[in-house]
Amino acid sequence: MATANVTSASAGRLLGNLRLPIGIVLFLGISLPILGIDQFVNALTLGAIYALVALGYTMVYGIIELINFAHGDVFMVGSFVAMFISSSLLGAEGSITNVPMLAASVLLLFALTIAVMALIGALIERLAYRPLRRAPKLAPLITAIGVSFILQNIIQFFFGPTIVTVPQLVPIEWSIQVSGSRVPLLNIFVIGASVALMFALQVFISRTRTGRAMRTTSMDRDASSLMGVDINRTIMITFLIGSGLAGAAGVVHGLYYGNTSFALGFQSGLKAFTAAVLGGIGNTAGAALGGFIIAFIEVGASAFGYGRWGGAVVFSLLVIFLVFRPTGLLGSHSGDRA
Amino acid sequence: MTRIADAVTGPFAPVRAFFRRHRSLGIFVGVALLSIALPLLTRVPPFDGIQSTNAWVNAFTTAAIYAMLAMGLNVVIGFAGLLDLGYAAFFALGGYTYALAASPFSGIHLPFWPMLLAGGIVGAIFGVLLGAPTLRLRGDYLAIVTLGFGEIVPITLMNADKFTDGVNGIGGIDKPSIPGILQFTLINPWPMYGLVLVLFTLVMIMIYRLEDSRLGRTWDAIREDELAAESSGVNTVIAKLQAFAVGASIAGIVGVVNAAKITIVTPDQFRFAVSISALAAVVLGGMGNTIGVATGAFIIYLFQSILLKQLNTLVENFNIPVLNQIDFLEFQYVLYGIVLVLMMLKRPQGIFPARRRMREFAPLKIGKGGLK
Repeated sequence: MATANVTSASAGRLLGNLRLPIGIVLFLGISLPILGIDQFVNALTLGAIYALVALGYTMVYGIIELINFAHGDVFMVGSFVAMFISSSLLGAEGSITNVPMLAASVLLLFALTIAVMALIGALIERLAYRPLRRAPKLAPLITAIGVSFILQNIIQFFFGPTIVTVPQLVPIEWSIQVSGSRVPLLNIFVIGASVALMFALQVFISRTRTGRAMRTTSMDRDASSLMGVDINRTIMITFLIGSGLAGAAGVVHGLYYGNTSFALGFQSGLKAFTAAVLGGIGNTAGAALGGFIIAFIEVGASAFGYGRWGGAVVFSLLVIFLVFRPTGLLGSHSGDRA
Repeated sequence: MTRIADAVTGPFAPVRAFFRRHRSLGIFVGVALLSIALPLLTRVPPFDGIQSTNAWVNAFTTAAIYAMLAMGLNVVIGFAGLLDLGYAAFFALGGYTYALAASPFSGIHLPFWPMLLAGGIVGAIFGVLLGAPTLRLRGDYLAIVTLGFGEIVPITLMNADKFTDGVNGIGGIDKPSIPGILQFTLINPWPMYGLVLVLFTLVMIMIYRLEDSRLGRTWDAIREDELAAESSGVNTVIAKLQAFAVGASIAGIVGVVNAAKITIVTPDQFRFAVSISALAAVVLGGMGNTIGVATGAFIIYLFQSILLKQLNTLVENFNIPVLNQIDFLEFQYVLYGIVLVLMMLKRPQGIFPARRRMREFAPLKIGKGGLK
């Protein structure tokens, strides 16, 4: 009896572990022929951006149970910081065709933007959220909404309410041929860079000492504190990483779309949050998965001429998931919460 | 409740004691006095130099509309403790209800007065429709669901152009009239001022009576400890639904009045910023304190539409370099943000705290430094 239980449990666990890869393969296999290769690559790229932003939401929620409403706007600020760095500091006006130059510039752009945004994110945590850590739960949420409005208006004040052009450092003409379709190298680079960052995050959370502190803090803050985990430091690092990833998403957004605006954060932030909920909030792998799903829904909707309804579909999905399956697709069993 | 037992002291003790016992009458008299005093005040310097009395009256009308919205939202947030971030959606539904019932776009011209009621009913229906599946959710999830709803409604209004004329919105909405006696016009702001103030009085009296009713005490209980309320036999889901329905129906009625006042509705009037402006008024005034919230709304409205506009003209007149490039009116949104953050950090009970809330937020001071 007991043995049978163990066997079925381990079979269940195996199935549970395989659920994600099987799901992804099925999902991609179905959407490729429906969307066609151009839209497919498009959706993957957009998905990478959403996933990077969603990771910040899910990490912060996992650790302090706060819907960091301002996170979408941190992403938006990141896109402006990237714009400022590439046009002012690097002096770029368009694409750079010299390969070593390009590699150095892009690397510098990523590093600087991530660093600046990580600092801004940690600063917001220190000033706006930390004083309210023991307050009723809605207080930090309301503060986060306030921070979101303030960030939007600072950017609007300095850069105006219109769409701002961002230099596309990677030449969009460079492309490779995949079964008759032209796939820009830029997209491949964007997807590759995002996946690399997500992978690095997973390794960081599961393998390092700080990652373990993050996991224990999200499980039981008081107990971790008693075990010698520096809670304030751990939460600050969570904000550093989450905001840094949003900064990376901002760089990617600028490289890919070539523009940005002060209003970017609200809509994409809400979509990225939907992605985090879809994947199971607090679950980093789920957030990444959710990001890609949201992107495929949005790109699919516009590919079939319902682009205007894309937003409404995504938000309906958010409502439906929160009501009927608040744990999301992958759930958030404490093991991989961060 | 405790109000009657509180001792009244000071020079006007008998008057205050009288109005404490007859609060509805007190609200009526107070609003009546204020509604006469405010226009008179605009005739004295420096207020008479800012804009004409008619423009002032118009501004007061809009401020009162905004204050009613804030009071309605306060029922949901302040009384029942549910954070509703999509409140503008109900405001929109009320506005579009009247727009479709009385405009050249639909070709129907129903009278204004029954539509007031219809706006309230439409609001309440949608409040229940949204609330029924979602009110079981935890506080922060509920906030996001209502936010999603608040986004879906304007998107739908914008895209369903066959019924709503899309981004253009519905214009030429009928003004109210009392047949044979009074026709409201865009030029004369006084009838609308009177109508809005009457509604304002009624809404405020209703909310105060609700607060002291059995239902109001139920909301108190749910807000302070939902589990304890439930174990004491309170049907929390029904009570929360009632809070949603009351809040939404007030927004619906106010939406009808607002549509009749400005005679046009467009999806852009009901974006997220509107929900947040009402939230800022609630937080500024003090969650749970009806008069405080109404005052908060007046302060915010007058600040953003009078003071910021004045700054614009001032800077233009003196031709100060750099500064005259700035449109100060755009700062109203940053104002909401600053109000929300500063109030939550420094004075979460609001400028005029509700008695109960003062006690509720008191332990906050202990934990102020966070975990150390």
